[in-house]
Amino acid sequence: MKIKAQVAMVMNLDKCIGCHTCSVTCKTTWTNRKGAEYIWFNNVETKPGIGYPKRWEDQELYKGGWQLRKGKLELKSGNKLSKVALGKIFYNPDMPEMKDYYEPWTYNYEHLTSAGEQEHSPVARPISQVTGEKMDLEWGPNWEDDLAGAHITGPQDPNIQKIEEEIKFNFEKSFMVYLPRLCEHCLNPSCVASCPSGALYKRDEDGIVLVDQEACRGWRYCMTGCPYKKVYFNWQTNKAEKCTFCFPRMEAGLPTVCSETCTGRIRYLGVLLYDADRVLEAASTPDEKELYRAQCDLFMDPSDPEVIAQAKRDGISEDWIEAAQNSPVYKLAIEHKLAFPLHPEYRTLPMVWYVPPLSPIMNYFEGKDSIKNPDMIFPAIEEMRTPVQYLANMLTAGDTETVKEALQRMAMMRQYMRALSSGKEFDESRLDRVGMTAHQAEQMYRLLAIAKYEDRFVIPTSHRETTMNPYRAQGSAGYGDVMGDMGSGCDGCGPAVPAGKSGKEIYEENFYGGIWRD
Amino acid sequence: MNMVDQFLWVIFPYLCLAIFVVGHIYRYRTDQFHWTAKSSEFIEKKQLMVGSLLFHIGIIPVIFGHIAGLGIPKEWMNAIGVDDHLYHLGAIYIGGFFGFITLAGMVILTFRRFTKKNVRQLSSASDLVVNSLLLLIVFMGMYATLVTNAVQPEFDYRDSISIWFRGLFLLSPDPSYMTAVPLSFKIHALAGFAIFAMWPFTRLVHVWSVPLNYVGRSYILYRRHKTN
Repeated sequence: MKIKAQVAMVMNLDKCIGCHTCSVTCKTTWTNRKGAEYIWFNNVETKPGIGYPKRWEDQELYKGGWQLRKGKLELKSGNKLSKVALGKIFYNPDMPEMKDYYEPWTYNYEHLTSAGEQEHSPVARPISQVTGEKMDLEWGPNWEDDLAGAHITGPQDPNIQKIEEEIKFNFEKSFMVYLPRLCEHCLNPSCVASCPSGALYKRDEDGIVLVDQEACRGWRYCMTGCPYKKVYFNWQTNKAEKCTFCFPRMEAGLPTVCSETCTGRIRYLGVLLYDADRVLEAASTPDEKELYRAQCDLFMDPSDPEVIAQAKRDGISEDWIEAAQNSPVYKLAIEHKLAFPLHPEYRTLPMVWYVPPLSPIMNYFEGKDSIKNPDMIFPAIEEMRTPVQYLANMLTAGDTETVKEALQRMAMMRQYMRALSSGKEFDESRLDRVGMTAHQAEQMYRLLAIAKYEDRFVIPTSHRETTMNPYRAQGSAGYGDVMGDMGSGCDGCGPAVPAGKSGKEIYEENFYGGIWRD
Repeated sequence: MNMVDQFLWVIFPYLCLAIFVVGHIYRYRTDQFHWTAKSSEFIEKKQLMVGSLLFHIGIIPVIFGHIAGLGIPKEWMNAIGVDDHLYHLGAIYIGGFFGFITLAGMVILTFRRFTKKNVRQLSSASDLVVNSLLLLIVFMGMYATLVTNAVQPEFDYRDSISIWFRGLFLLSPDPSYMTAVPLSFKIHALAGFAIFAMWPFTRLVHVWSVPLNYVGRSYILYRRHKTN
């Protein structure tokens, strides 16, 4: 047994309102740069839909993640030798192109004020940020937002295509789920395994997956390797970039930007302890539907004295163990069994988990009928507007039972709390039937509904005081010279600016009279 | 022997080789961030597939061919049983075959780089120069192999260019070997040295990053901060 610590996230999809605040704050923090315009480390997709990039879940197309070949775990895009020797290094057949994401554009805003007198009002036309030419917009970020065009793209959603019964995309039958996505910081990351230069790595102390910008040679296998398509190619620097899990914030005990700014308070951050020696074994589980349970088995009980002793032997500090004991991620994923990994069948053992959403049928069994028949909750889950099979195809490799149990527990918690707060009677034996106790229901309620800041984010600070000279680590932590041609290093901080200006100049120009100039 | 020959066949090649060596050391030590294969596959995929595969699959045997033709003395070849006739068959047919593949790939890649608007837009001046120069070198190489060799069958580069070339590395270069060499060979050789001089400062550095050690590496990599 070798215990490692991993920072992980849970998102409660039941509360996601699809406001894109996470995406926007992430973008303004990390990818507001030339070459990164199209890059969204965090994006929110409306499902069903084909997503970003188009059809990213179709691994027969992109060959992301792992597969079992004769019982042995192997990259789906081919083994190491085939990458170097068989010409794939000269041309990567499985790589998405810019048009699969979208071509970034801006508008000629100036035309609005500088156009001369004319019959019609001037219009700002979209201009490609790649070629600088006028373009017609046919696809872009959140093109499918709130089911826009879902009658066309919905049927192409790989999760829909795996459902045997026919799903109708008409208004009466339509359903949707918001799916915020970021790098999964997997336990068995296929991007790391795909990188021939060894530029991608998993941090030993917290499991965050980063790209060493100085070691990356732009071979682009990571883009293919990641089944979530969350490693991007900066077309200006010609290097790979990805979500950093806001490591500078996390190291200081602060939540990631996407979590901090989430208006729905759906995001949870915490530490999990796992057995690193059994990762390969878990990822090699033959039955896809067992992968979720195999991954759960990797997580160690942080309150178990034996685990604590072993963790200490493996160099995990006291405060990290304590954080693991209070981890909201452990509570939601392991204690309450409410959260699930996204597409466990990719075998990367992802570490951003999701609580599946209940959907409008709730009114049905919480209404009049449910009082008459307290067990209405069980058939009602089947009658939910969002098919359980669809959720299961995303979260448990198609195993509906597991998802259904989580939804039942959430529904039961609602009924219990409603009875409690409205002073109605509640037969607590009903909680037993979904494997819950009254205490547990209240804990779940506190965590999911009240969702206090300090309950959602339990993040221990990093122990840099024991580590090497940070000057030597410069550049190897994902963002050395992120500004590229915009000036070397950081001699001041400010908004993205044209080349050739020092941080001081930018500061003086923009920070005008004590307020930021827009 | 005049100064021009002295410059072209002694000073210029040494200058290029010196820049090649020092430039690489300098670039490797100061500019890891921009050291990349600089692929434009993300922008355009179809033409790249054909062009890049042809070029790369062609250029590797061509390089080995050059090592055999320039680096190994004729007498040594004869000693192992490769006589002039056999050598020329190999050089013309095998060399010509891979040379043609390389040239075809280079034509497609150059056409793509100059005509595909978004690829052109993302190309730096150095990309365009490298591309054009490579096309010229490959074209002149093919021209020399197929046309010059047919027109002037009595000329044998292994009695002139090869000896001069080896002389460079034995520190006894003799430019007189190059004076009577046909123009096509001269252009090919000079342009070749020119690209060696540009090499460290262009995208060509990706050649030294061919990830051979990947094959034997473990899949998952962890990095830890070294403790004091």
